[in-house]
Amino acid sequence: MTRFRENLYKWIFTVLAFASLVFLVGIILTLLKEALPLFAEIKFFDFLLGSQWYPTYEPPDFGILPLILASVLVTFGAMVVAVPIGVGSALYIHELASQTQRAFLKPIIEILAGIPSIVFGFFGMLIVAPFLQKLLGIPTGLNAFTASLVLGIMATPTICSISEDALSFVPRSFREASLALGANRWQTLVRVVVPAAGSGISTAIILGIGRAVGETMTVLMVAGGAAVIPKSIFDPVRPMTSTIAAEMGEAVMGSPHYSALFAIALILFLITLVINIIAEIISRRYRLKLGLGR
Amino acid sequence: MDLEVKIRSRNIDFYYGKTQALKKINLDIYSNMVTALIGPSGCGKSTFIRLLNRMNDLIASARVEGNLMIDGVEINDPKTDVVDLRRRVGMVFQKPNPFPKSIYENLAYGLVINGIKDKKFIEMRVRESLEKSALYDEVKDRLHDNALMLSGGQQQRLCIARCLAVEPEIILFDEPCASLDPISTRKIEELILELKKEYTIVIVTHNMQQAARVSDYTAFMYIGELIEFDLTEKIFTVPKEKLTEEYLSGKFG
Repeated sequence: MTRFRENLYKWIFTVLAFASLVFLVGIILTLLKEALPLFAEIKFFDFLLGSQWYPTYEPPDFGILPLILASVLVTFGAMVVAVPIGVGSALYIHELASQTQRAFLKPIIEILAGIPSIVFGFFGMLIVAPFLQKLLGIPTGLNAFTASLVLGIMATPTICSISEDALSFVPRSFREASLALGANRWQTLVRVVVPAAGSGISTAIILGIGRAVGETMTVLMVAGGAAVIPKSIFDPVRPMTSTIAAEMGEAVMGSPHYSALFAIALILFLITLVINIIAEIISRRYRLKLGLGR
Repeated sequence: MDLEVKIRSRNIDFYYGKTQALKKINLDIYSNMVTALIGPSGCGKSTFIRLLNRMNDLIASARVEGNLMIDGVEINDPKTDVVDLRRRVGMVFQKPNPFPKSIYENLAYGLVINGIKDKKFIEMRVRESLEKSALYDEVKDRLHDNALMLSGGQQQRLCIARCLAVEPEIILFDEPCASLDPISTRKIEELILELKKEYTIVIVTHNMQQAARVSDYTAFMYIGELIEFDLTEKIFTVPKEKLTEEYLSGKFG
């Protein structure tokens, strides 16, 4: 009887452990199955590098370059906002904050990470966009700049929280060694602690990028939605995610448009996969470097 | 031989918050001598040497009273330049703690942070300090390898070399062999005997044989108090205090 129960538990947990793998493979297969018919109609590189996205025209154009560029632009803009704030606040919390400040700052930043993206979208649409439109005198506040700003705020907690963890993993003995040699706190931070946490901080930034690339609701609401190659950061854009979200409802199942949206999802999936792999490689190297093993 | 007092401790009381860790410590440490601090865990020996380079400043709740002078100058004075003090009083820690940088960068670190930019000079100092710490021959061909690739004993000698590179006057060893094998331990001990010609050395150790082998003077501490301080030979052969004798004969500790 005990034998049977032990085996039962073993099987239950094995199934649970492999469930994620099954989901992953299932998702990849579905994406491939739905996306591949598109490439009977158009060449892969015409799809990837075409500059026209008119999926409902006759004949339709399925060039996703404007969408890719929109995603890149918005993500880059978000990082310009999120990296300084995220890493800066991590350094502050780690190095300068008093016990009390630390006790409320980190939870607050983590709560920011828990706010649903639609709330950010709402905030961007109703407050940030009109404000920027007035302030800068531009035709619309719903553009790549606003999207970058809001996405940047959303990615900040990820970057801050993981960077702060990386900083706190730096062994205290490194700091002591540096201080004992006559370094001041600032020199110790810049020359020893931050380099030792460097790959952890890089991982944080990469995961922040992953968050920004994949974010859908916010960009759908504030990026403006024009599927045109942007000429400036103040142009309305339509990143890959919001294209899928906006058009999936109207695309006829099995049509080329439908396949094209799946193909976009596939590209998006590959991008985030690469980002995650890079983050994993860097953080593994980092643990080796600090002698923490795997 | 004339003994010159390098470090003078008078009525040092030390507190972690409300807990008193050191009680009225009066101790003279002589120039170019090795002074060992021994005693059971928690007796305050590490706390005491960490006062000498003010590493205890890092602990928010720490408080020190009394006089602690190096070359007759009070080091707990608010006007004391802590950076300069720590350059003069080097420290080697219990666990080897090289930076995750190259061997060369580890050694150059203390110079670079003190604003020295002359590369030739730094190279010379790096070499000198490696030679003094008997590590040069083992690492001369791989100065740019990561220091964490070295063995534990080599890492500890690298830490000693790193400390020598800034030319301190006093070197504090906080149980430097606690994590090392007997052969590495012997090398470190030989090094300490060599170094005392130029430096004043204070070593905290759990290992009584080690204290007997390397030190000229020994201070025995117990629960925050200095019980006895004398020439090492005397402490180990004819201790005055009963507590010292009991500790040395292994009755407790």
